[in-house]
Amino acid sequence: MTDQKLIELVTQAVLAQLAGQPPAAPAQQPSAEETEPLADITDKAHKMAINIEHPVNRDALEQMKTKTPARIGVGKAGPRLKTATMLTLRADHAIARDAVFRDVDEQVLSDLNLFSVQTLCTERNEHLTRPDLGRQFSPETINQLKSKCESAPTVQIYVCDGLSSQAVDANARDVLPALMDGLKGYGIQTGTPFFVKFGRVPAMDVISEALGAQVTCVLIGERPGLATADSMSAYIAYKAAVGMPEARRTVVSNIHKGGIPAVEAGAHIATVIKTMLERKASGVDLQM
Amino acid sequence: MRLKTLLAGQVYEFHSIKEVLAKANEQKSGDVLAGLAAASDSERIAAKEVLSNLLLSDLRNNPAVPYEEDDVTRIIQDGVNERIYDKIKNWTVSDLREWLMDYATTEEDIRRVSQGLTAEMIAAVAKLMSNLDLVYAANKIRIHTHCNTTMGKRGTLSTRLQPNHTTDNVEGITASLFEGLSYGVGDAVIGLNPVNDTAASAAEILKRFDEVKNKWQIPTQICVLAHITTQMEALRQGAPTDMIFQSIAGSQKGNEAFGFTTETMKQAQEMLRKNGTGTGPNVMYFETGQGSELSSGANFGYDQVVMEARCYGYAKHFSPFMVNTVVGFIGPEYLYDSKQVIRAGLEDHFMGKLTGIPMGCDCCYTNHMMADQNDIENLTVLLASAGCTYVIGVPASDDIMLNYQTNSYHDASAVREILGLRPIREFEEWLEKLGIMENGKLTSLAGDASLFTQRKGGLG
Repeated sequence: MTDQKLIELVTQAVLAQLAGQPPAAPAQQPSAEETEPLADITDKAHKMAINIEHPVNRDALEQMKTKTPARIGVGKAGPRLKTATMLTLRADHAIARDAVFRDVDEQVLSDLNLFSVQTLCTERNEHLTRPDLGRQFSPETINQLKSKCESAPTVQIYVCDGLSSQAVDANARDVLPALMDGLKGYGIQTGTPFFVKFGRVPAMDVISEALGAQVTCVLIGERPGLATADSMSAYIAYKAAVGMPEARRTVVSNIHKGGIPAVEAGAHIATVIKTMLERKASGVDLQM
Repeated sequence: MRLKTLLAGQVYEFHSIKEVLAKANEQKSGDVLAGLAAASDSERIAAKEVLSNLLLSDLRNNPAVPYEEDDVTRIIQDGVNERIYDKIKNWTVSDLREWLMDYATTEEDIRRVSQGLTAEMIAAVAKLMSNLDLVYAANKIRIHTHCNTTMGKRGTLSTRLQPNHTTDNVEGITASLFEGLSYGVGDAVIGLNPVNDTAASAAEILKRFDEVKNKWQIPTQICVLAHITTQMEALRQGAPTDMIFQSIAGSQKGNEAFGFTTETMKQAQEMLRKNGTGTGPNVMYFETGQGSELSSGANFGYDQVVMEARCYGYAKHFSPFMVNTVVGFIGPEYLYDSKQVIRAGLEDHFMGKLTGIPMGCDCCYTNHMMADQNDIENLTVLLASAGCTYVIGVPASDDIMLNYQTNSYHDASAVREILGLRPIREFEEWLEKLGIMENGKLTSLAGDASLFTQRKGGLG
């Protein structure tokens, strides 16, 4: 439709309304299209669209879109964002926030046969604002860990919500068994896995000391970005101890379906741990 | 010096100026985390009352970190104009607040008194001010700086174009750069946060920025925000840069945690004078943010507002072209929600301007904070009303590399229109020449990054 025709149609509709007549009504029966949901504004095809009506060079813009995941070529309404761009941004943010503020699915924990303990944080907001409490446990919790877990394991693995419960839901079912199998394949003994709620990374140092593990590995949800709320990391340390330098941790990050797939990550972490045990070192001390 | 007050019949007694300063802060999760915050709203107001009666000399004589132990303290104390200080040393903090508000107090008066202030005094007066006070007082002050263009004039609001990329892909960075320029963003600086902190990578990106800047004759500045030592190495290898960037803290220990010393900073400045592409004299770019000292165990028992003010005192010594707080980046353990972030943004901007530095703000939030896009848009309008030097722009608010959200390329032009503000004049003329801006508004051509791929052969 040319702009001229569009203007004519709009003018007619406006004049009709001003005259108190309804504009031409749509068809009576809802079409098949109307019963379908609207397209998903968070999916990739939608984000790849170029929303500029008459670009100087459409080919160049399409090329640019392939070079960056940034939200370019989005166009504008006056000086502001177009509605779809704005709602997509808000949707991605909503997904990221939901990943932070909800709990891990109990079904995932029971499928993996993980019992749960909690840090000194009593609720989610405390977890977000008191990282000092998210690395500590009560004496009762420490006793519970000692009584339920195998003592002095070669490798102690556990899962933790961290800053994304969704990362645990999305990855734990794949990464944990792959990691345990991998270590078993190398003949490396592992302790009893469990789940820590409201945990921060340095909680692993307390756990390492309480259980006397040689290597401790936590599979933890990372702070969500807008691109993905599913990202998990493994922090691993040889003889982790409270107060040790951060540089002694080895990190395998970006575990999610758009990064390192969970199964592959599990196998990779097993190899990292094997090397760690051989060299009796981790972090910057371990030149991989 | 009285550290005790009655409030509604109850006695509140404090044991040190440090305690008064911390408890007089508006509520911040970082002060709670540090164990320094007031236990109740009443105690907070009692602390403000005690603080309002302290003399500026009390604050001068009690720096957060001892003079002998800390070069941030030394730089601030040695920078005081003693003649000016002598005239104001017997003012109370309340006197200073009311003097700032007074109709008779001009911009020139404030500039002069600023030379007699220390960071602790500036933090103290901020603690007695309401949000509107912070906007009102800051709006009296403009700080002009010059690198290739002059920034900070009354009636302008500038922007940093931040074309970050998840892998530092130069073509991807260029795509975001063109997109930003097409929205009239980038008069303060074209500045990238790199993923790879290597001189080679920084140099490659700087070369592209320099090419684009020269080809399109853009009156602006360029910078790659790698570590200071990485940028110096890139410069040594011949990379073109107008400025050198560094994150700074309010204590020597905090700066050491960032991996530099005052000596490093002086060397960087010297190198830029000799081999930088910027005209100067202002060639440094600094970022700060409340809470960074606590996160590196370098706050010496002081609250995050005092430590932040000390960053500005330190920054001033190096006559930077631009300084901004990255106010909502640090997370909810330091600034819990939008109320705290907005407060911190207004405090930081005011304190920077009163210190005498060209203060901008990265109005931002992370996904684990109680804040969203609406909140930082609020902050942006408030800061622009306060005469904020510049804000940040990224594609549709989403920084794909730093994983946080800040202002969209779209925001500055809307805010400028609402408040009657403009970009830096030379930059606006350049936008007009390209047909992107007309009479202070974006044209229908604006927002099309492919503008930069057609004429003159283009790049990308």
